[in-house]
Amino acid sequence: MLNKTAHLSPSKQLAMNYFRVAIVLFGAQLLFGLVIGLQYLFPGFLYEVVDFSVARMIHINALVVWMLYAMIGSVYLMLPDETGIEKPVGMGLGKLAFWVLTAAVAVVVVVFLFIQVGPGKESSIWFINEGREYLEAPRWADIGIVVVVLIFYANVFFTYMKGKKTGIMTVMVANLMAVAGLYLAGMFFTDNISMDQYWWWWVIHLWVEATWEVFVGTLAAYALLRVIGAKREIVEMWLWIEVLMLFGSGILGLGHHYFWIGTPEYWWEIGALFSSLEPVPLVAMFVHVLYDWGKEQGAHEAGGKGNAITNGPTMAWVTVNAFGNFLGAGIWGFFHTLPQVNIYTHGSQFTAAHGHLAFFGAYATILVGMMYLGIQDSYGLKKLKATFKSKMALFLITFGMLGMAVALTIAGYEQVLVERAELGAGWQAFFTAQNLPWYVQAMVWREIMGVVVFLGFVYLVWDLLTIGKVEAAAEEA
Amino acid sequence: MAGKKASVWTSISFWRRSAAWVTGLATILLIWLTFDTMAQIRMGTDQELKEGIKRRIPAPTVINYKIDYKYDEKRGLEAPVIGPEKQPLFGKELSPKEAAALLHLGKLTSQSKNCMDCHTLLGNGGYYAPDLTKAWLDPMWEQTMPAMTGKKTKEEAMVAFLMHPDKYPTHARMMPNLGITEQEAKGLVAFLKHMSSIDTNGYPRGFSKTIKEFQTGGTYAK
Repeated sequence: MLNKTAHLSPSKQLAMNYFRVAIVLFGAQLLFGLVIGLQYLFPGFLYEVVDFSVARMIHINALVVWMLYAMIGSVYLMLPDETGIEKPVGMGLGKLAFWVLTAAVAVVVVVFLFIQVGPGKESSIWFINEGREYLEAPRWADIGIVVVVLIFYANVFFTYMKGKKTGIMTVMVANLMAVAGLYLAGMFFTDNISMDQYWWWWVIHLWVEATWEVFVGTLAAYALLRVIGAKREIVEMWLWIEVLMLFGSGILGLGHHYFWIGTPEYWWEIGALFSSLEPVPLVAMFVHVLYDWGKEQGAHEAGGKGNAITNGPTMAWVTVNAFGNFLGAGIWGFFHTLPQVNIYTHGSQFTAAHGHLAFFGAYATILVGMMYLGIQDSYGLKKLKATFKSKMALFLITFGMLGMAVALTIAGYEQVLVERAELGAGWQAFFTAQNLPWYVQAMVWREIMGVVVFLGFVYLVWDLLTIGKVEAAAEEA
Repeated sequence: MAGKKASVWTSISFWRRSAAWVTGLATILLIWLTFDTMAQIRMGTDQELKEGIKRRIPAPTVINYKIDYKYDEKRGLEAPVIGPEKQPLFGKELSPKEAAALLHLGKLTSQSKNCMDCHTLLGNGGYYAPDLTKAWLDPMWEQTMPAMTGKKTKEEAMVAFLMHPDKYPTHARMMPNLGITEQEAKGLVAFLKHMSSIDTNGYPRGFSKTIKEFQTGGTYAK
């Protein structure tokens, strides 16, 4: 992953840079996740040194930022293949933007870790921490992110305009504009907490339950073309159907965040109806991946050509993505999306269970798959077969994430029934539930499963660093 | 797909057009609903409060009033009850301007101290510490905390706690000292009292049941 990229097109070289930072931030996310998991069990751990709020802020921001890095990397990876242009328009600026963004991220992390909080003044919001979950990045960094993303978008847009206009790239270009534009909805301050959260959800929900999902559909389409040689017409038709269903359900599915934040009651019906439909496209995507795989494999075998898959790890991660997206985002989301249930589950470990499995299943998986495609390109390999390390990484991370989600779901059940239904959600109710043995046991299992995920991550990094060389040697021999 | 078109269901252009229409319609509907919601969740005015006109998010001067959270038979859920009795914060009635300034300080402090990564506000945030949506009405502030901090009123107890939470542990999991000043703490109390007056469609449900159990009167007690 580190040194074989000289022959790559400028676009793909930049993609690899984005992937490298992404994997480092992924590691940071997991480490800080282990810290906050431990603080549930030993509240004195790093108390007033790196408090839960600080460690969690880094945990979730590292998550968002590594995914954005890997997403940008994926776009630079597919750009030459889809547009037929090796050197995107404005490549120099694109490279500069990468370094500016990375420097800004480093400064923000240092400030988060060592300054942590500021006084109750506007300057804190501007320079230390905005204090809005997921959007903690201070305002100066917000503006920097917007500038960098605009440069990235210009790269993609003008390259698209100049080159081939495939269906995949058309969806990508349109969708990226929405991803970038939505970020602006989170960049203002108001004393009205309901107004605050109304627009906050425009960013969070319309990213992860609409535009990011379409992004994943686009990546999956690209991966299927490359990895199993699926037919472009079929893949692109499916992509449009997915866009229809994802935006058709996801845009108004936003309503399920407007049940309890001071917004009118009509959001109950709108949120319930449309968010209940959100799993449908996820089933479709799952069927689509497996169907195409079976079809291409069958054609290969009929033609006596053996295995259709040209990149084992990518295909494995894309398949886990197809199922994980449906399970984590679809099923776990549907569990608590109706207001009749959500009035009890809102803001409990139930949400955490869903969040963990959905971010993993829907996003982490396919982005790791894209990294393996980058490795294949870097070493110019015709085929990339999974190694023992690839398999261990996939197994341990997936098993660990499932285990964490199950543990958090059990903790959530207990919390919902005891703290919410039985005791009524006050301060004492909260701690009564937190201290019950079933809750504590679930939190122990969550931490154990977190360690399993981390072991898988070690295998993943090890594999990404070595698989190219190993396979290149095998291909030469 | 190439050549003779077998069916509209396998036509890429059909699905592309459908995707564009559905996305466009959903977006227009969302924008239209947003206009309606904006009008309903703008912060109310002091005049509306005085006249007893219900707003989903009342004016900052709501901190001059007594706030309760009671079961509404018609809606089948708990809703805030504001006034008509006055209960000025820190015993001093504030003008609309003063109340707005204090709320502004409180909201700003809640963000710069990053409350939301441990606590939930309106149910959103971290799950490490209690939900703050109706924290102003929590029975702990009525009984336990004033005695523990040696203060007479709950707002004074809240200020004392927020300034030195490490001095008043209630559980093994403690809030850290975030260097909150006295003025910032007062702002936070105003912010919390204001938040408890927001009509959250009955979230959290059964909150006042706890109040009843702590014998301070609540919704299920009627």
